[in-house]
Amino acid sequence: MEKFTQHTGVGVPLRRSNVDTDQIIPAVYLKRVTRTGFEDALFAAWRGDPSFVLNQDAYTNGSVLVAGPDFGTGSSREHAVWALKDYGFRAVLSPRFADIFRGNSGKQGLLAAQIAQEDAELLWKVLEANPGTEVTVDLVAKQAHCADVTVPFQVDDYTRWRLMEGLDDIGLTMQHESEITAFEAERAAWRPRTLPAKHLPPVEVVAARPVAAPRHADDALA
Amino acid sequence: MGRTLAEKVWDAHIVRRGTDGAPDLLYIDLHLVHEVTSPQAFEGLRLAGRPVRRPDLTIATEDHNTPTLDIDLPIADRTSRTQIETLRRNAQEFGIRLHSLGDADQGIVHQVGPQLGLTMPGLTVVCGDSHTSTHGAFGALAFGIGTSEVEHVLATQTLPLAPFKTMAITVDGTLPKGTTSKDIILAIIAKIGTGGGQGYVLEYRGEAIRALSMEARMTICNMSIEAGARAGMIAPDETTFAYLQGRPHAPEGADWDAAVQYWRTLRTDDDAVFDAEVVLEASDLEPFVTWGTNPGQGLPLSASVPDPADMADENERVAAERALEYMGLTPGTPLRDIAVDTVFIGSCTNGRIEDLRSVAKLLRGRTRAENVRVLVVPSSARVRLQAEAEGLDKIFLDFGAEWRNAGCSMCLGMNPDQLQPGERAASTSNRNFEGRQGKGGRTHLVSPLVAAATAIRGTLSSVADLGPDVVAPDGSPLTDADRGLLSA
Ligand code: SF4
Repeated sequence: MEKFTQHTGVGVPLRRSNVDTDQIIPAVYLKRVTRTGFEDALFAAWRGDPSFVLNQDAYTNGSVLVAGPDFGTGSSREHAVWALKDYGFRAVLSPRFADIFRGNSGKQGLLAAQIAQEDAELLWKVLEANPGTEVTVDLVAKQAHCADVTVPFQVDDYTRWRLMEGLDDIGLTMQHESEITAFEAERAAWRPRTLPAKHLPPVEVVAARPVAAPRHADDALA
Repeated sequence: MGRTLAEKVWDAHIVRRGTDGAPDLLYIDLHLVHEVTSPQAFEGLRLAGRPVRRPDLTIATEDHNTPTLDIDLPIADRTSRTQIETLRRNAQEFGIRLHSLGDADQGIVHQVGPQLGLTMPGLTVVCGDSHTSTHGAFGALAFGIGTSEVEHVLATQTLPLAPFKTMAITVDGTLPKGTTSKDIILAIIAKIGTGGGQGYVLEYRGEAIRALSMEARMTICNMSIEAGARAGMIAPDETTFAYLQGRPHAPEGADWDAAVQYWRTLRTDDDAVFDAEVVLEASDLEPFVTWGTNPGQGLPLSASVPDPADMADENERVAAERALEYMGLTPGTPLRDIAVDTVFIGSCTNGRIEDLRSVAKLLRGRTRAENVRVLVVPSSARVRLQAEAEGLDKIFLDFGAEWRNAGCSMCLGMNPDQLQPGERAASTSNRNFEGRQGKGGRTHLVSPLVAAATAIRGTLSSVADLGPDVVAPDGSPLTDADRGLLSA
């Protein structure tokens, strides 16, 4: 995961509260098997509306989202974070995040920074008055700067440290790899292994065929 | 102070104890994989250039998307085909053992582990599927995980986990004839609610649980998640050891002895304290059915559709009103009068050989109710082969049921086996959510015995409704084996 200390990019004012994960990415996109390429799915229901903020040229390349309270509520789908990241967002600023969304964000390198409601209003005003204004998110100082406005934000120390070190969950665990290896060395011999594979003798599996609910097995053959 | 079963298994897997509120890092003994929740995990590994740490502790199967007819033909649905082809590619690339459609060891992931003897007492078992709790029937700590956790386990064979609370669910007494372990778990869920187990690992204990076969225990642990719990467990005993011994991956020789010796220590100490306790009397139980759209909305079959107006709790009333509207039911209708269009016998809850035997026992020599479609779907290809070796398939076909290949089938609307809008089913599966078995489909969760009786009569029915000749329709005397089948 990329280290995150400071990021500067176009700020996008999303004047909506309670943006749930269904709005961030609708369920139909969950059928995909990829991990990337969800940028077209982000806010899919709103993207058809020409007045939607991301459809305005000045904001199209945005990377810092400033949203209303209760961002990321609803289903726990990790796709919501993937879609935001794939679109190009590096940080979301909101007065309140859903817990699971915030957790998922931190794990995947998206900064979910909590700001005061008044500060959200301040940022919205600047970003709406001068579309395309950049926001600098400084994770070291826990501040966001936008034109002449500076607002503090909150992020828990653990998530902040992880983002600054660029450690995802797996990277964190792998810091303890020697302990995992030591644990494996002590594992009892009876504990199962899937390889080499052991089976009952192979047998042919015959495909069932559609039938009109036969009364007798023999009818089906006839 | 003594420890509970769950705590013992937990403690035996701590790679690194978390300090200052950080989670413990737990080792994972067995990781089961299927096509729906794994593609992004593998892609995450690929993007980060990470290998699978222990392919030899990982096994994959195809189940959720697979058709149960024409399995030798290309899969028609594009999304399903893509998911399955992706799993095949990933398994090959990362060196994972995969049992594909058409393989004798293919089947629902929660059947494949136990039948190969990979699921054992004292293991930690995970899978990107909430019904992983099934494996707890062996005294394993088994729970479902999300896709990023799947990736984490693939890469590290560990998971950082915050501790669970423990709840004892004691089921005393003996199950009456015509009831099954499915009725126990439906009654438990109706009692504690779909959120009652939240944050807990449940341990099922007591006389009625000890008397159950492994298959029946799996049915109970399977539905722990429907009570909101992360996992459910049953302490291993002679029944467990007998089920395991001789299976392909069960330990052999000195390893077997060492294992059994250890497994015998896997029981909750007498002085251990649970965070919560629930007690249920098995002999009071009747066959249970659900009337609503969550598994907690269940009642004994002898009851009637409840009237939301009688419910004191506002949330409960609103939920019931909505459920009845969706289900197309009128308060006061006796549950026994509800006619169904489809009977589904299968799933990781009740698609095992013992379930099929008990159903066949009832269907033998009888005829299917008119206009009822009956689908019998074994939980794995091996179960299908076993059933055919015992001649059960003939009984199903003679009865007028369809006998399918293995898979999740009508348990969820992800493959061709689905309910039509408004269609009503008696189903031995585990979830009756709106649209779970197909858009607009209406599900009544039932035991295999109720499913069989319903297939015969056409309305929700119990074994007792079939009359006095129930056990031996062909006039043959009642044997001990019959008794076992009808009460297990
Ligand atoms: S049978 Fe149903 S509950 Fe079980 S794994 Fe398949 S879809 Fe999930």
